[in-house]
Amino acid sequence: MLKIESKEIKNKIEIKNLYKIFGVYPERAVKLLQDNKNKDEILSGTKNVVGLNDVSLSIRSGETFVVMGLSGSGKSTLARCINRLIEPTSGEIYIDGENITAMSYKELLQVRRNKIGMVFQSFALFPHLNLLDNVAYGLKVQGVPVAKRHERAFHSLQGVGLSGWEKYYPEQLSGGMRQRVGLARALANDPGILLMDEAFSALDPLIRQDMQDELMNLQDKMNKTIVFITHDLNEALKLGDRIALMKDGEINQVGTPEEILVSPATEYVARFVEGVDKTKVFTAAHVMKRPQPLVYAKDGPRVALHKMKKAGISSIFVVGRGKKVQGLLYADQAAAALREGQDTVIPYLDIGYPKVAPETCISDMFDMMASANGPVAVTSPEDELLGIIVRGAIFAGLSGGESPYAGI
Amino acid sequence: MPEFRIPLGDVTNDIFDQLITVIAPVTNGISSSLETFLKWNEAFLLMWPPLLIVAVLGLLVWFFVDKKLSLFIVFSLIFMLGLNLWDQTMSTVGLVIAGTLLSLLFGIPLGILASQNDTTEKIISPILDLMQTMPSFVYLIPAVIFFGLGKVAALAAILIFALPPAIRLTNLGIRQVPAEMVEAASAFGSTRLQILKEVQLPLAMPTIMTGVNQCIMMSLSMSVIAAMIGAGGLGREVLTAMQTVDIGLGMEGGLGIVVVAIIMDRVSQKLARRSQKGEEIAGSGAGSK
Repeated sequence: MLKIESKEIKNKIEIKNLYKIFGVYPERAVKLLQDNKNKDEILSGTKNVVGLNDVSLSIRSGETFVVMGLSGSGKSTLARCINRLIEPTSGEIYIDGENITAMSYKELLQVRRNKIGMVFQSFALFPHLNLLDNVAYGLKVQGVPVAKRHERAFHSLQGVGLSGWEKYYPEQLSGGMRQRVGLARALANDPGILLMDEAFSALDPLIRQDMQDELMNLQDKMNKTIVFITHDLNEALKLGDRIALMKDGEINQVGTPEEILVSPATEYVARFVEGVDKTKVFTAAHVMKRPQPLVYAKDGPRVALHKMKKAGISSIFVVGRGKKVQGLLYADQAAAALREGQDTVIPYLDIGYPKVAPETCISDMFDMMASANGPVAVTSPEDELLGIIVRGAIFAGLSGGESPYAGI
Repeated sequence: MPEFRIPLGDVTNDIFDQLITVIAPVTNGISSSLETFLKWNEAFLLMWPPLLIVAVLGLLVWFFVDKKLSLFIVFSLIFMLGLNLWDQTMSTVGLVIAGTLLSLLFGIPLGILASQNDTTEKIISPILDLMQTMPSFVYLIPAVIFFGLGKVAALAAILIFALPPAIRLTNLGIRQVPAEMVEAASAFGSTRLQILKEVQLPLAMPTIMTGVNQCIMMSLSMSVIAAMIGAGGLGREVLTAMQTVDIGLGMEGGLGIVVVAIIMDRVSQKLARRSQKGEEIAGSGAGSK
């Protein structure tokens, strides 16, 4: 969970003290911001609207970096500053070490053509061009000859599963397909960076999930640096290697999805993550209890019963050497072993006990929990017992006040 | 009590008196070259036997535009031939074509210019308002002063009247292109010229074609009024009818103008709609594949 910052991880995009003010006297507003005036004071004092307030970020090569916030938080402005569709008021942006903000128009065109692909919420496909020409657009403006750009566009469409659709027009497609084309268009000139501005927000929930999965699959293959803008926390948690949470043009917290959920940096972030579907984020490891007491393989039925009685439970896991799970022992079985005068419980174990891996999402465990009679074992691939989950622990973990590690 | 009066009329007269001596050589040059152009234009239309023109136009429209419209064109033109108004009709058509072409030649580039820059739009817009609201009789007089009685003065008047819709609708069409299209085009590194050529103009085409249609209709209506300064054609028939109280002649000339108007309007509208539908047709073609 903790990633160690090291010099070897190359930053693809480096944003330093970026400000964007919409209005007549932007420089004056920047000064006021640096004097710790807030957004509303500046609006009423200078009629300037603060878009971005001292944003500094490092986005690593090959990561999916999600910028998340509600509308008006400045997230789309931030994305557009990266390719200077919106001119920042002050601050610097470096892509591969080159200062974008200091570039001439001509140099900027080259960066837009070669290094950055962009996908839009509204798809923004060109209605007068067929899909092949839509995807080839970025290559066309670079002056790539027709045959070559069509070939590359063809492959790009193939990559998003739309081969055979080259001659169709955008209006003949469904929303999900249109955004595939948008993605293919952004990927056609093989840029290192993909800017996705609320790319899936206009899609139906199911299509949206498909697209998210598809993006993750594509990303596994292509390893781009993705800057993904969204207002949907679940989407952010699903896609993001790291997430930046924005409010009023400021970054409130940057961290992995878990860091954001487990230790929100500000009250705003805490309130924001309150409503999240934690069952999709929290894993078995988050809600499991330390497996105590345990019965060891050498223990007889008398010991087992005693341990259960003392803990007030009706079933208990039996482990062998290296905490390797042997099975689950129910109280009535232990009693039977005692009656029959056995000095081992091994033959009486339920070996069909339910078990999960520690990284399983809670949402994927509901079915198993519903049908399980006793606790669920959380085991390593080597069958080592890491913890157990009882039904109550899940609710405790989800309602989680300070710590989701309830019951430890 | 001293009378309060702004001497706008006197000043205008003075300015024009001065202007004429300076501009006359220039306008005379323009006038003579335009006149040759107009004469050629008209001569070209009159060079062919009327029935050949009717047949060719009918066939072209039949195959490329609309079959019903083709029938209407053939019958109505034969009707004009029967009224012995062929020469006048061709004269009017020639003037309208020249006026439209000239208006588009200036109007579309000016419209593009206005669309790219807010200041340009702010400067051009009130001038267009003035051109469109000023009663045409007011500028018929200076047109005659500069270009003399005849078709060239008429052309100048047409230009004043038909230029505004061409500029306005070109500007409007380009500005109506959704901002996200322009943004997407910029995001992929298009230059401004590429955005204009690859995205804005193609998407503005339906509106620009409406402008072309408007331009044609404005040219026609002004060509009739311009009969008063010697534009000839069908307008002169109507004018003569008015002056001699010849109701019958007025009916003939008037109907002629209506026929020309309907033909030009429908043909240009159908063509405009086709430029819009072009992609749908191409699209459904691919769909049936």
